[in-house]
Amino acid sequence: MASSLATPEASTAAPAREGYWQHLRYIMAENPLTGISFAMFIGLIIMALFGPYLVPFDPVATGAGPALMPPSPAHWFGTDHLGRDVFSRVVVATRLDLMISVSAVALSFVFGSVIGSLSGYFGGWTDRIAGRLMDTIMAFPLFVLAMGIVAAAGNSVENIVYATAIINLPFYARMARAEVSIRRNAGFVQAARLSGNSELRVLFGHIFPNTLPPIMVQISLNMGWAILNAAGLSFIGLGVQPPTPEWGIMVAEGANFIISGEWWLVVFPGMALMLAVFTFNLIGDGLRDLVDPQRRT
Amino acid sequence: MALGVKSRRVLARLLQAVPTIFGILVVCFLLTRALPGDPAAYFAGDMADEASIEQVRKNLGLDQPMPMQFVTYVGDLLQGDLGVAISTGQTVAQELAKRLPASLELTLAALLLSLVIAIPLGVLAATRPNSWVDHLCRFLVTAGVSLPTFFTGLALLYVFYYLLGWAPPPMGRLDMMFLAPETVTGFYTIDSLIAGDWALFKASLAQMALPVITLALFTLAPIARMTRAAMLQTLASDYVRTARAAGLSSRRVLIDYAFRNALLPVVTTLGMVFSFVLGANVLVEKVFAWPGIGSFAVEALVVSDYAAVQGFVLSMALLFVSLNLLIDLIYTLIDPRVSEEE
Repeated sequence: MASSLATPEASTAAPAREGYWQHLRYIMAENPLTGISFAMFIGLIIMALFGPYLVPFDPVATGAGPALMPPSPAHWFGTDHLGRDVFSRVVVATRLDLMISVSAVALSFVFGSVIGSLSGYFGGWTDRIAGRLMDTIMAFPLFVLAMGIVAAAGNSVENIVYATAIINLPFYARMARAEVSIRRNAGFVQAARLSGNSELRVLFGHIFPNTLPPIMVQISLNMGWAILNAAGLSFIGLGVQPPTPEWGIMVAEGANFIISGEWWLVVFPGMALMLAVFTFNLIGDGLRDLVDPQRRT
Repeated sequence: MALGVKSRRVLARLLQAVPTIFGILVVCFLLTRALPGDPAAYFAGDMADEASIEQVRKNLGLDQPMPMQFVTYVGDLLQGDLGVAISTGQTVAQELAKRLPASLELTLAALLLSLVIAIPLGVLAATRPNSWVDHLCRFLVTAGVSLPTFFTGLALLYVFYYLLGWAPPPMGRLDMMFLAPETVTGFYTIDSLIAGDWALFKASLAQMALPVITLALFTLAPIARMTRAAMLQTLASDYVRTARAAGLSSRRVLIDYAFRNALLPVVTTLGMVFSFVLGANVLVEKVFAWPGIGSFAVEALVVSDYAAVQGFVLSMALLFVSLNLLIDLIYTLIDPRVSEEE
């Protein structure tokens, strides 16, 4: 029985895969920005992994050069008020910034999609309680709620991660709920149920994998927002503490010097932040074109 | 039968806000109880001994069961009691009330500016796809979501204050040379107009310009994006085609048929925009030393003044709920489908 069902699927899978690659090539050619964004993404990963070994100066060592020097061949991005090398600090900060946002997005993806799947699949009280919970989170301006959580739970990097994860939870829960509930009674689900799979196995083994493509797009678009959010929190002095290099806090430190004209302290970490967010947004748009051509804008 | 369709909808929407507000109160209550360590020990101070900590616990009602504590908490709130701000010694409610107009003036001006720019931009981009307006729209939308607000603010400050010298220094709502106008609305621009003082009006407008532009650039993106998408959808719809075929003027088709219908999804996205703008407001207030409730909260965070931070979170949430409520009521009133049912 199983083999007779599997055979037609296997025969259609091969051309589908080929079509997928063609589609990918088409999208890359259609919108060169998507290709660029993938290249920038790889650049970010390299900076995060190997940044500390590549930079010319110790990012926390004061007196790497004279204080408040504009960009020069020795210090590409200049030096800050303690004589630290801004270039080294910007590069090394990549790891921490990406760590915070990746872990926050991973947490909200796991918990959000479990909550959303359960409420989409079982409906009833599960759905009502989960829905109420998510509505309550969404009733707050999200950045303000994150501030409140970090203030109450304590000022640390972990709590920044938790706060960012909590405020992103509703997006994943709603999406997973919608995607699961439209497939709840699909043919393949009934087949899986009839073959004696338990409810949870049907949900997480059969339905959930099918909801992943749209959720992947959401993750990518959400990453940029998570980076901005975490940087915003450290900009107002929450989470990361000096002298740790992190883009938000570097902009905050540089803000004191902008009115006297030392622009490089703000511009370089700010640009790094912008490029990272930009990369994830573009990848998200590219992935959306790939996954759901109808929703292209 | 006495109530029309619209009034009934308005009433239903008002009732819907009740569980939301209840949820907000529960979360804020839990946040006050989630303080690191023992709240009683915290409020008793560092020098307190066991007996006085117990005394504080009793005074604050922390020895009561949780539901009872919640009732007391809500009771206090209803009397406007948010506790005392440690940093200034005044009550949190007073501090917030004093600073709220500054934040509101900034936020509302920014929302107004971004609506005035984003909606025509989105409409033009949708009616002329792939023209320069469309590209400009796409550029602004992408830049708006990728730029951190605090970075935009600082960049504008560098260019318009340091390089060009057009903007006044980022020192709050008014230059030191001026005295604040007599308080009527609490909005300096409006109050100075009421007082008939042009110089003062110009000075307060100059102070507001950069923070308002910063916030508006950020909120412009989602509104323009949504307007463009909604307009594209309505322009492709059957009723617009029919209206065109019937020979109506293109102006009439665009405004009466396409735009009025496209406005509905735009109004719905405003809820999300409010959430963004209230959050971004905190960052912009810090950059421009704007004396609103955002910078009050940031100062309170630095000195671990919990009552002040919680009062801030609660009042921001209530502000957000009321803005959403207002938008939904407007939505009900402008929805052309509702009036047809009557």
